[in-house]
Amino acid sequence: MSISDKLVNDLVANQIEFVTTVPCKQLGGVIEGVDKHDAIQHVPCNKEDEGIGLCAGAWMGGKRPAIIMQNTAIGVTVNTLVTLTQFYRMPLPMLISYRGELREPVSCQVEMAVHTKALLDQLLIPTYHFHQESDAAEFDTILKYCFMSKKPVAILTDANFWGGY
Amino acid sequence: MIRSELLKTLYPILEKHFVVCNIGLPSQELHQLGDRENFFYMLGTMGLSSSIGFGLALSQPQTIVAIDGDGSVLTNLGTLATIGNNTADNYVLFIVDNGSYGSTGDQPTYAGGNTSLADVARACGCENVVECQDTEGRAALQAAIDSKQKTVIVCKCESGNIKLPVIDTDPVVIRHRFMAALAAANA
Ligand SMILES: Cc1ncc(C[n+]2csc(CCOP(=O)(O)OP(=O)(O)O)c2C)c(N)n1
Ligand SMILES: [Mg+2]
Repeated sequence: MSISDKLVNDLVANQIEFVTTVPCKQLGGVIEGVDKHDAIQHVPCNKEDEGIGLCAGAWMGGKRPAIIMQNTAIGVTVNTLVTLTQFYRMPLPMLISYRGELREPVSCQVEMAVHTKALLDQLLIPTYHFHQESDAAEFDTILKYCFMSKKPVAILTDANFWGGY
Repeated sequence: MIRSELLKTLYPILEKHFVVCNIGLPSQELHQLGDRENFFYMLGTMGLSSSIGFGLALSQPQTIVAIDGDGSVLTNLGTLATIGNNTADNYVLFIVDNGSYGSTGDQPTYAGGNTSLADVARACGCENVVECQDTEGRAALQAAIDSKQKTVIVCKCESGNIKLPVIDTDPVVIRHRFMAALAAANA
């Protein structure tokens, strides 16, 4: 099974039925898998804060949500994460491509990479960093933890995890 | 009429439905007209009323009315494209277009200038877009709910605010009772 298929299967096994996305090259396979899967309603958004709003609604409507986005989006979602997701105490798994890490070819991506963990840390968002393919074994447990705690949780997946850029 | 007067005319319809209400004075006005568990008040996060409402409409069958403001829709314009490209016939977006950022002191928005939110919504692929005046808002909202078709209403009204206290209900309480009422309606 491909790593993308494993991640999608874990989403489905955790009853995640609503997924919103803004693409990253590294996330192409997961997004395709989410889009194709009958158990998941895939609603692409235009900006990640909008997507977090959609997820908040979906969760209140009874569907478990997730957002798939690039780490650069941390820069556009801080206000929404704290004043909506955290303030109203809502769960939100964020599957994030961690651009700008080892094996990154695009220098500009490094500029957000150096702030990514510090920002998530400042926001008190539980954060997991997948660097080796085997790290994905914990994805299922992380999803369960997210819905148990009703918090946004970040899963950072770097280029090495995806087998190189 | 100003927004508080417009919301008063809408209240008899709103009280029967699940409502997401825009940040600041709109939520305070709705709360003052009569606090209800089927109202989800936004205490922050300018711009996302339409998105939260749309997520709700996409995920369950009850009618969802999202009350938004022209300034907030302008700050999240992409929402109209998402609404225009996904199916949720239980969704009504009611934009109170007073041409200003009301809660912050009625600074003018571009919607009060050259920009037509109704035209933007149509260009984004929203099929049922109704532009109306304040006195027509109530009928437009009822018609949209009865049509059982996804509808965007852009309701023009005057700028202006009344003085009201902030909502001090805990956000988790607002959210929890809203979810419980919605789950009960869907049970
Ligand atoms: C990111 C951000 N910027 C600015 C504000 C301040 N703010 C709160 S409500 C509001 C005005 C919203 O205007 P509109 O959506 O037109 O609603 P109205 O009050 O006019 O009904 C603004 C600018 C904010 N809460 N968040
Ligand atoms: Mg306004």
